[in-house]
Amino acid sequence: MATTAIDQHHAHAAAHAEKTGLWSWLTTVDHKRIGILYGATAFFFFLLGGLEALIIRIQLSRADNNFIDPDTYNQLFTMHGTTMIFLAIMPLSAMFFNYMIPLMIGARDVAFPRLNAFSYWVFLLGGLLLNASFLFGAAPDTGWYGYANLTSRQFSPGPNADFWNMGLQILGVASLAAAVNFFVTIVNMRAPGMTMMRMPMFVWMSFITQILLLLAFPVIAVALILLMFDRFFGTHFFIPAGGGDPLLWQHFFWIFGHPEVYILILPAFGIVSEVLPVFSRKPLFGYAAMVFSGVFIAFLGFGVWSHHMFTTGMGPIADTFFSLTTMLIAIPTGVKIFNWMGTMWFGSLQFKTPMYFAVGFIAMFIIGGLSGVMHSSPPADLQQNDTYFIVAHFHYVLFGGSIFSIVGGAYYWWPKMFGRMLDEGLGKVHFWLMLIGFNLTFFPMHIVGLNGMPRRTYTYPKELGFELLNQIQTAGSFVLGLAFLVFLWNVIRTSRRPRNAPADPWNGATLEWSIPSPPPEWNFDTLPKVSGRDPLWDEKRARGGQMPEPRAGTGAGIHMPNPSYWPLVTAFGVAAIFVGIMMLPKWGPWGIIVAVALLFFGLYSWLFEKGYSEFTTPSHGGH
Amino acid sequence: MRLRTAAARRFAGALPSLGVLAVLALALAGCSPERYPQTALLPLSDFARIGDDVQDVTFYWALGVFILVEGALVYSIFRFRGRPDDPEPSQIHGNTTIEIIWTLIPALILAAIAVPTVKGIFETNQTPPNSMKIEVIGHQWWWEFRYPDAGVTTANEMFIPQGKTVEVIISSADVVHSFWPPRFAGKRDVFPGRETRLWWKADSTGLFPGQCAEYCGIQHARMAFHVRSVSTSDFDAWIEHMKTLGPKPAAKPAAAPAGDSLKTASAGATAPPGTAQQKDTAAAPPQGPEYAAGEKLFMTKGCLGCHSLQAANAPKGLIGPNLATVGARSYIAAGWLANTDENLERWIREPQAVKKGVLMPNLGVTADEAKALRAYLRAHK
Repeated sequence: MATTAIDQHHAHAAAHAEKTGLWSWLTTVDHKRIGILYGATAFFFFLLGGLEALIIRIQLSRADNNFIDPDTYNQLFTMHGTTMIFLAIMPLSAMFFNYMIPLMIGARDVAFPRLNAFSYWVFLLGGLLLNASFLFGAAPDTGWYGYANLTSRQFSPGPNADFWNMGLQILGVASLAAAVNFFVTIVNMRAPGMTMMRMPMFVWMSFITQILLLLAFPVIAVALILLMFDRFFGTHFFIPAGGGDPLLWQHFFWIFGHPEVYILILPAFGIVSEVLPVFSRKPLFGYAAMVFSGVFIAFLGFGVWSHHMFTTGMGPIADTFFSLTTMLIAIPTGVKIFNWMGTMWFGSLQFKTPMYFAVGFIAMFIIGGLSGVMHSSPPADLQQNDTYFIVAHFHYVLFGGSIFSIVGGAYYWWPKMFGRMLDEGLGKVHFWLMLIGFNLTFFPMHIVGLNGMPRRTYTYPKELGFELLNQIQTAGSFVLGLAFLVFLWNVIRTSRRPRNAPADPWNGATLEWSIPSPPPEWNFDTLPKVSGRDPLWDEKRARGGQMPEPRAGTGAGIHMPNPSYWPLVTAFGVAAIFVGIMMLPKWGPWGIIVAVALLFFGLYSWLFEKGYSEFTTPSHGGH
Repeated sequence: MRLRTAAARRFAGALPSLGVLAVLALALAGCSPERYPQTALLPLSDFARIGDDVQDVTFYWALGVFILVEGALVYSIFRFRGRPDDPEPSQIHGNTTIEIIWTLIPALILAAIAVPTVKGIFETNQTPPNSMKIEVIGHQWWWEFRYPDAGVTTANEMFIPQGKTVEVIISSADVVHSFWPPRFAGKRDVFPGRETRLWWKADSTGLFPGQCAEYCGIQHARMAFHVRSVSTSDFDAWIEHMKTLGPKPAAKPAAAPAGDSLKTASAGATAPPGTAQQKDTAAAPPQGPEYAAGEKLFMTKGCLGCHSLQAANAPKGLIGPNLATVGARSYIAAGWLANTDENLERWIREPQAVKKGVLMPNLGVTADEAKALRAYLRAHK
């Protein structure tokens, strides 16, 4: 009997041995590996979007410049926005959802591991399709918001707008699948004792984000389908000559687009709410207020969309309504900022790199929040709208907010994800370069904006006086680029170092720090029991000191999902449908027919695949 | 390795002071709105002042909050900086009283902003009575201005009377644009199949830039215009002059002066021929063979397919801007290219090089032809 148990033990150890090679990545359903895939892909797109921004900045560094021609510029600003929103910030957040949510709630994986892989592959293919447009010299050129009726066949005859339409549809499928997955994971898979009001704040903010995704993305999907009908099948939803109305598109777009802003920022709120308590050595101030302010922001986020449209002339009643709801959002946002500062107050602040970025986040986000209040007022917004003042505002929110927080999160969780600590010195150089570069780039935009420089213009005449401030912005943007080169160097250098990060390098409060760095495939040898909001702090306090360095067990008796390539095949089917639609005029319905066949083949095989390895009696109890 | 890290740390330590220098440089870079002719910060009308006043209220509240909150943040960074071996700080989870206070204070500040905001919303949405109507039509990528009461039309340079309220009725011939004369008013979007409105009363006279503020295709950046605010008497004279720029007779001798529309308008049977003749020579600009050649080219090169030369009762729906007064405009190619002879000739010869993607094709005009066309158009004032 004893020998059998030992044999089984060995068999499982072998089954759970670290898998390597390309095939293991193509077929992985491990949430941690998928998280790393999301992160690496999104960081690549982030660099691409940054490169686009630098070209834009070179073009704008001189009045009447001819560095690039107008249609290239229009493609670049469209792709910069689309890339940063859909291919950088959202999937960077998804990296943390994937890697951290199961660890923080004490689970072994997400609820639907293969669906998780499917989400990633669909996202990757959508991002590739969008960027493949560059190869045909036909990148989208109608802005990330694609206002009708410029997107109609009449005014955009080329495939540019089709790449945008189809690319976004594909990305929407990925986001919706992931949102369902994380919603179910958070609702169903929390460790025993982790009630909703004991969830780490990052999990809470992620949870709200999934709900926003589930409610907002169908709206843009419908709008994109209507646009597709206008472009391919001769309908007139947004075309005035046929009785349609371009204004309808704006409503559709912003009913999606405003919640989208919170989809981009709420995970960042969550990350900062994890980092600040750990480096202040003090629990998050006002936990319940933080939860409900997040819920309130998300709820109000669906009732403010027309503040993007004050200049359309909606009339005094609508203007008043949307102005006041927008102002209301400042209240829960203020509560969050004050609670973060309350967390620091009376704390014992440890200024490690993640803390630098978290505090930088608060400082920059305040500026973005305050300029946001300034354009909640329509009489003033009539001047501010569509100028660089707005560009400044949303970069303070999305770069000063989301990116500062995400980078801080990367430094914070890097040892957990890769088993290696990023260099602190380089991390601080990165922070200061980023802070200076960021403010040099985006602060002057407030000034040129209020002084009359509109957005989305490939050049400006010298006599309008914008040149000097634009030059400062361009210089700043290169400092920002340098900051990320320092980060890249830090990553490369760290990857050559031994894998010796401790399980709990920062004196963490949450469950992910109780397991080895990086965690074994099954995360927890024994599922944890939770009895408070900061479970690891509670445990350390109960023991009167640090936990002993955990060592991963063999994984014996823990059944994990099998690798599968059907999510990848199915993802190809989904992407191929939209490519088929784009190619309708050339291929007829055949492209779509083949794509649908591929999709069903993938789904069918997925359904009848054996999802889990054989369950075996654990050699010893406790699982 | 260790050395490099230490150097990196020293560098990191020096960076904050570099940051302070950078911010100072930025402050010195000059933020005074006088440097910017298209600024929204120096309003020149009642309408623009409503928005500017509300913006001032929000700005000063924002500035106050900024200083207090960022100040508290910086204070806490220095005051609560700890060492790793410091004892654990007391584990505070929250404080209901203080949380209620910092929920209520922002609410009160917002109320202080909301009151002038709502007042401003209703004021800006109410057009004062007895205003003069001007129709603004956005085109890819130029602006058409029609004065329905006088029945005259111009392009890219909008004449308005100082001290008189104008009501602007806005629509589009193609895609969505946004009409933005920042010194006089905020933006109003320009839709096909939908009318939007804006109004203002100009305080002062002068030439003020504005431009399209909604992305509208490849040349969105070059869809500018100017507002020329003039005294009421100058404005009336301008309207009277525009009314005279009516349709030309179909066949005219090539040497006919540009002022011949004037003659058509005034040469009644009752008028003494001598006076009319005198008037003609006085009004007619100096003509030459270039002018005659230019007129012929204008008729044969297909320019009339898109452009009209009549300001009075001008046809609607043309693709190109009205050229009845192009010779007098300060700018060409929609408000950004100075109207010099050199620029005008280049613009006629190779519009696609000057403004890529513009709807005017390169028509294979030679240098001499461009000179002639320039002379002809220059006479249209």
